[in-house]
Amino acid sequence: MRGREPDSAIEARGVRKKYPSAAPEERSALDGFDLTVARGSVHGLLGPNGAGKTTAVRIMATLLDLDAGEARVAGYDVAREGRQVRRRIGLVGQYAAVDEELSGLQNLVMFGRLSRLSPRAARHRAEELLEQFGLAETGPKRISAYSGGMRRRLDLAAGLVVAPQILFVDEPTTGLDPAGRRDVWDAIRILVDGGTTVLLTTQYLEEADRFADRISMLAHGRVVADGTPAELKARVGSDWLEVLPRAEADIPRITKAVRRWASGDIRTVNGRVRVPVLDRTTSLLGAAAALQDAGIALDDLTVRTPTLDEVFIQLTGAAATDDTTPADDTQKVPA
Amino acid sequence: MTSRTVTHDRPIDRLRRALADTWTITLRELQHWRSRPGVIVFNWLFPVLTMGMFIGLLGGAIGAATGSSYVDFVMPGAFAMAMFFGLEATMTAVCTDASKGITDRFRSLPMSGFAVVAGRCTADMINSLVSLAVVVTAGLLFGWRPDASAPAIAAAFALLLLLRFAVLWIGVFIGLKATSQEAVAAVQIAVWPLLFLSGVFIDTATMPRWLRAIAEANPLSATATAARDLFGNPGFAGESWFAENAALLAVAWPILLVLVFLPLSAATYRHLRR
Ligand SMILES: Nc1ncnc2c1ncn2[C@@H]1O[C@H](COP(=O)(O)OP(=O)(O)O)[C@@H](O)[C@H]1O
Ligand SMILES: [Mg+2]
Repeated sequence: MRGREPDSAIEARGVRKKYPSAAPEERSALDGFDLTVARGSVHGLLGPNGAGKTTAVRIMATLLDLDAGEARVAGYDVAREGRQVRRRIGLVGQYAAVDEELSGLQNLVMFGRLSRLSPRAARHRAEELLEQFGLAETGPKRISAYSGGMRRRLDLAAGLVVAPQILFVDEPTTGLDPAGRRDVWDAIRILVDGGTTVLLTTQYLEEADRFADRISMLAHGRVVADGTPAELKARVGSDWLEVLPRAEADIPRITKAVRRWASGDIRTVNGRVRVPVLDRTTSLLGAAAALQDAGIALDDLTVRTPTLDEVFIQLTGAAATDDTTPADDTQKVPA
Repeated sequence: MTSRTVTHDRPIDRLRRALADTWTITLRELQHWRSRPGVIVFNWLFPVLTMGMFIGLLGGAIGAATGSSYVDFVMPGAFAMAMFFGLEATMTAVCTDASKGITDRFRSLPMSGFAVVAGRCTADMINSLVSLAVVVTAGLLFGWRPDASAPAIAAAFALLLLLRFAVLWIGVFIGLKATSQEAVAAVQIAVWPLLFLSGVFIDTATMPRWLRAIAEANPLSATATAARDLFGNPGFAGESWFAENAALLAVAWPILLVLVFLPLSAATYRHLRR
């Protein structure tokens, strides 16, 4: 029972959603949401609280109706072919929970049965998943006795009972300590290696940076940028040298000494001189030598790369102040 | 990785799947009992405790007034009360599932939507059967005796379970509508005046006239009065149209409630997608 073998696992075009309980003057939760996720890839949906990530996932998982636009998952229309979609997706998120009064094993067997596995297959699959997620020993215990990390791994396992083609993972690591986050990521990596398409939402940019093949940045219900992590970083600008002088009075001399390596305007931020550069090593070595020749005492000299945080602040900051951006004005990164 | 059972889509297979899903959900509820035996046993004993309190408080006064045994009078009312208390159980369970994301988990699975509610319904009816058995046993221990033929007794129990079935749909509806545990708590409090404003524990003849009419129209009174009659237990002479037609109302009220709240519940469930 395969899907219709579409080119992309997920296709959303111009999706709009306003909750009936929202006040008339309130913004729509999704306001012309576009998304394309290639089969077998890990796609990060990034955005601050309230950006619309959960709303988008709920619509694609057929839990919520859309007001306008179209969304296809595994080639099936979420509005008209919900049952076909539900057979091919797994869902992990706070709102697609497990039953805390049952054991991990009872939960997984139940979801297996409800996903049309035979009693024996459901049991077998549950044990297999518990083993895979390092929960073999805790499996027979009640979920309410699980630690945060164990609990989240069980959530993941619950989303995987029928080996979905597409897995939605909504903020899997929010509220976990570093050890718990690592556990969850190890678990997600198992899936990705197995060829599952993963759509993952997160507020943690470094996670998306490390795990996602592509990233869509969401602000106010609309994708404001998408591309690979490297492409997005490239949009904010190049690498830069960061020079921290011992004495602030030296700043004009520093600016003069390093000017020949600058590929753009040199700026001073919090007493640090930022020099945009094209070639990391050559400029670092050259600038270091020039600063030494000039006899300027430094506390620090590093070469920096923009982080997704900076991309995000730049893009969503712009989106937040520019309400008049038309829906089709999505800033696409040339691939 | 996993072998999926072959997909059929003939109506008979869909029905079979819906029934299998219903049983899976029912089983989940039964597993809850095992994981929290204290809570479930307390729920079964609660009507007995309430009933014991009323026999202690009112038994002397009312027994003396009616010249018959208060226990024989009150037990059918206590059975109706036990069924009515099922409202809280259903409502709380539905609300918890919705607020904790279990309902959404079910909705994200390729299962039958009918089964989510049908499983709840089956489990709650089983729960109430046990609850009823517990109160009946307690009643027998207190000295309650039915004085009627077996078919009449069976009919009385059928009316009690019909009331439970009606109350179940009110519970599902409120549980889906309630956005918070506070809303549930409010309904839990509202249950008590409904219980007292009825002929469950007391002879409505002692009430002021206007209150009496309301109490006799209460669906709980209808079931309690009709059950008393069928069990051959002493009742009170009602004076309103409602009291005189208790047997009819004990059937009509629950059916009316189901006709209202079942479609409302179904619509609310569908509107979770809004
Ligand atoms: N059930 C709901 N009813 C009304 N408004 C909602 C509901 N869920 C979310 N919203 C609103 O929709 C917007 C997007 O929310 P959400 O999709 O949860 O964002 P995110 O997951 O990115 O934090 C927010 O403004 C939020 O307040
Ligand atoms: Mg969210």
